[in-house]
Amino acid sequence: MSKLLIEGVSRTFAGVGGGQPVRALQPVDLAVAANDFITILGPSGCGKSTLLRIVAGLEAPSTGRVLLDGKAVTRPGPDRGMVFQSYTLFPWLTVAENIGFGLREQGRPERERNEIIASYVDLVGLKGFENHWPKQLSGGMQQRTAIARALANDPEILLLDEPFGALDNQTRGLMQELLLGIWERRKKTVLFVTHDIEEAIFMASRVIVMSARPGRIKSDVPVDLPHPRHYTLKTSPEFSALKAQLTEDIRIEAMRTAQALSA
Amino acid sequence: MLRPLHPVPPGTRTVLGIAFFLLFVAFWAWITLGGHVNRIFLADPLSMLKDGWRLLVEDRFWLDILITIWRVFGGFVLASIVAVPIGIAMGAWKPVEAFLEPFVSFARYLPASAFIPLLILWAGIGEFEKLLVIFVGSVFQITLIVAVKVGSTRRDLVEAAYTLGATDNGIVKRVIMPANAPEIAETLRLVLGWAWTYVIVAELIGSSSGIGYMIINSQSRLATGQIIFGIIVIGLIGLLSDFAFKALNRWLFPWSLA
Repeated sequence: MSKLLIEGVSRTFAGVGGGQPVRALQPVDLAVAANDFITILGPSGCGKSTLLRIVAGLEAPSTGRVLLDGKAVTRPGPDRGMVFQSYTLFPWLTVAENIGFGLREQGRPERERNEIIASYVDLVGLKGFENHWPKQLSGGMQQRTAIARALANDPEILLLDEPFGALDNQTRGLMQELLLGIWERRKKTVLFVTHDIEEAIFMASRVIVMSARPGRIKSDVPVDLPHPRHYTLKTSPEFSALKAQLTEDIRIEAMRTAQALSA
Repeated sequence: MLRPLHPVPPGTRTVLGIAFFLLFVAFWAWITLGGHVNRIFLADPLSMLKDGWRLLVEDRFWLDILITIWRVFGGFVLASIVAVPIGIAMGAWKPVEAFLEPFVSFARYLPASAFIPLLILWAGIGEFEKLLVIFVGSVFQITLIVAVKVGSTRRDLVEAAYTLGATDNGIVKRVIMPANAPEIAETLRLVLGWAWTYVIVAELIGSSSGIGYMIINSQSRLATGQIIFGIIVIGLIGLLSDFAFKALNRWLFPWSLA
């Protein structure tokens, strides 16, 4: 049985000022197996973030439904951890308190909370920074904290919306390895949205390519590269072949977007 | 030499800041002691200090100062206790905002000083009337500013909290309130400054104590030195309470400092 089922999910936004309604997402069907790492790749504005937000329960679909473990998603909840592209740590809480936010919200006792916090601080390599305020951290460290915060709830699925999009190239590479390392050790179902082709292949066991707006699934590409993956994989011939294939796919979509905008 | 937006070194900043004070007092001394204006209308700095000293030692002016401070803080605390929760409620729950915002926006423009005759009719000329003037002057301002600040809470923080399992009440208590606490404190600091102007107006009318009373009393005796001393005392207390408020905010919200 699939962990996550997306059935005929579409999204149409009401027209601004009595204008035509805008269709952001055409009906999408997707089945995600447990412990799969899925990346959703598409040009900007293709509705991939909208799809992720619908899975998170932050937006309602216009049609269709999302099932997690057979239960319909109606609102956001701790069973679906989310990491955003923007830095969303609570600035008034320390790193440790941020990681413990969800646990506290669920009324877990303090001792248990502290143990879980310590283990996730360790997991994302933030030992020694537990008592720092978010503003004292670099962008990479903030996103590591955000990942730890989402994982601390032990969610059924982890949703990431271009989590490394605002980071510089070197930091992004390190963060990819960190997240992949965590996934390799602690199997989790992951849905990862990105517009970066290399990132999409490197992280995924399956890449979902989306078309230009209104978005739909254009292709579904399995990535059978071996684990554990190392950054040197990015220069291997298998990787390059996949990259060439996806680059072609995405390029057509990006061009369609550009034409739609200039029309 | 003077490049736009170029920062000035801290030492130079202090020197420049003090320099204008000195220049101001020097100009004042020059027009008064130099005989360029009539002493009846404007006292010189030296007799202002002499008058002030006499006020403090002989007329127990410090009692007036204390009573004025008590009125400002009393009225201000009352207004804050009422306005901050209402402002948070308006910002957080849109039906509450739709219900109250039009009225508060209107009431905000009602001048507190124009209420004084009414408030005297209702509450007499005692302490309660003075507190009410400050209250009326501050409560709508605080409500509205707090509502606006709370209404512009970062949506991504709210969404993040929801995905971490926060309930609707949890969002208000554990996101909206802490996220806006520094801004609310900053609003209170601002409005406290305005409260100082209301208290003097309240004391000019139907009062028998306080700094404003001393000022209006001195006018009838053409004691301009005392008037200026009173004004300077208000300025100094205002400055002091502002510093104290800023220090308190820094201590309470270390995370919000850049």
